[in-house]
Amino acid sequence: MNTPLTIGDLTLESRFFLGTAGYPSPAILQQAIAASGTQVVTVGLKRQLAGQGGTNDFYKLIKASGARLLPNTAGCRSAREAVTLAHMAREVFDTHWIKLEVIGDDYTLQPDPFELVQAATTLAREGFEVFPYCTDDLVTCQRLLDAGCRILMPWGAPIGSGQGLLNPWALRTLRTRLPDVPLVLDAGIGSPAHAVQAMELGFDAVLVNSAVSQALDSVAMARAFKLAVEAGRLGWEAGVMASQDMARPSTPVTGRPFLL
Amino acid sequence: MSATVGHLCGEACQAPPPGKALRAISITLNGERHSLAAPSTLAELLTALDQTPDTVATAVNGEFVARTARADHLLHDGDAVFTFQPITGG
Repeated sequence: MNTPLTIGDLTLESRFFLGTAGYPSPAILQQAIAASGTQVVTVGLKRQLAGQGGTNDFYKLIKASGARLLPNTAGCRSAREAVTLAHMAREVFDTHWIKLEVIGDDYTLQPDPFELVQAATTLAREGFEVFPYCTDDLVTCQRLLDAGCRILMPWGAPIGSGQGLLNPWALRTLRTRLPDVPLVLDAGIGSPAHAVQAMELGFDAVLVNSAVSQALDSVAMARAFKLAVEAGRLGWEAGVMASQDMARPSTPVTGRPFLL
Repeated sequence: MSATVGHLCGEACQAPPPGKALRAISITLNGERHSLAAPSTLAELLTALDQTPDTVATAVNGEFVARTARADHLLHDGDAVFTFQPITGG
C-alpha cells in the first residue's frame, strides 16, 4: 500500500487515474475501472449532433463506478472555449474539478501554454480545482502555479502516442524544482514500464487511457498498470540507488578464491 | 434541414395584439434550423424538442447558459443554440 495522495479535498489511496475513452464495450470499461482500483476517472463533453439526445451507456457506467469524475476540456483551442466548456462541465458533472486542455498544435496535440495560463487564471479565480494538461516546460509550469493551479499534469509524450517518457531529464527537473506540487504524468504512456518510470521519478500519480483501452485485454492491462503504479511509487519512497558507470561487486568475497 | 416547433409558446405565449401577426423567429439547434414562435425561451425549446434538460449543458451563440437561467433566456432570431452531453474522455 502506497502513502495516500491528497488533492484538494480528497485523499486518494490509488495513484492511478484512468481515462475512459475508446474501450471496446461499456462492460469492458466497467471491468477495467474495477481492475484498475482507480478512484479518479476522466470524462468529457461532446456537442450533440442534430436530432441526437440522451445519455450514452458508457457514461452511465462511469457514473455508477463511484470514482471521482475529472472532466476535461478536450477539443478546445482557446482560453475562451476552455473556460466556457469548464463551466458546462461543472454543471453537468457537478464538480469543480477540471482537467484543462487547450491544444495549440493539431499534429502533436501539444498544449498552448499562453491560452492555457490564461484559462487557468480565470478558472482558478472562479474556484475551480484546475488540473492543467501541460508540457514538461518548467517555466510554463511555474506560470500555471502562479495562476492558481495546485496540481500539474505534464505530458510524457504526445497524447495517444504510447512513446513513454520522451524527456526524463525535464520531468526529473520538474520534480526537483517543484517538490511540493502534486505532479500527475499525463499522456504518452504506452506500457506499465513507463508508469513505473514516472513514479520512480517521483511523480505523484499517472493518468493512462489509450494504453489500457487499446490493449488486447483492457481489463488485464488495467490491473498491470495498477501494480506498476504501486511498484513505482514504492520504489520512489524506498529510494532508488544511485547509478554509476563501473561495476561494484555485490558479493563480499576475499579477493580471488584460490589466490592469496 | 429545418423543422418547425409550433407549440413552444404554451401558456406563456400571449395572443398577438389586434392587427398584429404572431412573430416567428428562426434559430439553429446543433446546426439544425428551427422556426419558433416569439417569444420563446431556451427552456421551452429544449422541452419542446424532447431534450433531456438535466443531462445536457447549453450554450447560445458560444456563451454558456446555466440550467437555472434557461427559463429566463429569450431566444432571438438567428441564435445558434448548442447542447453538450457527457461522454467518455481521456
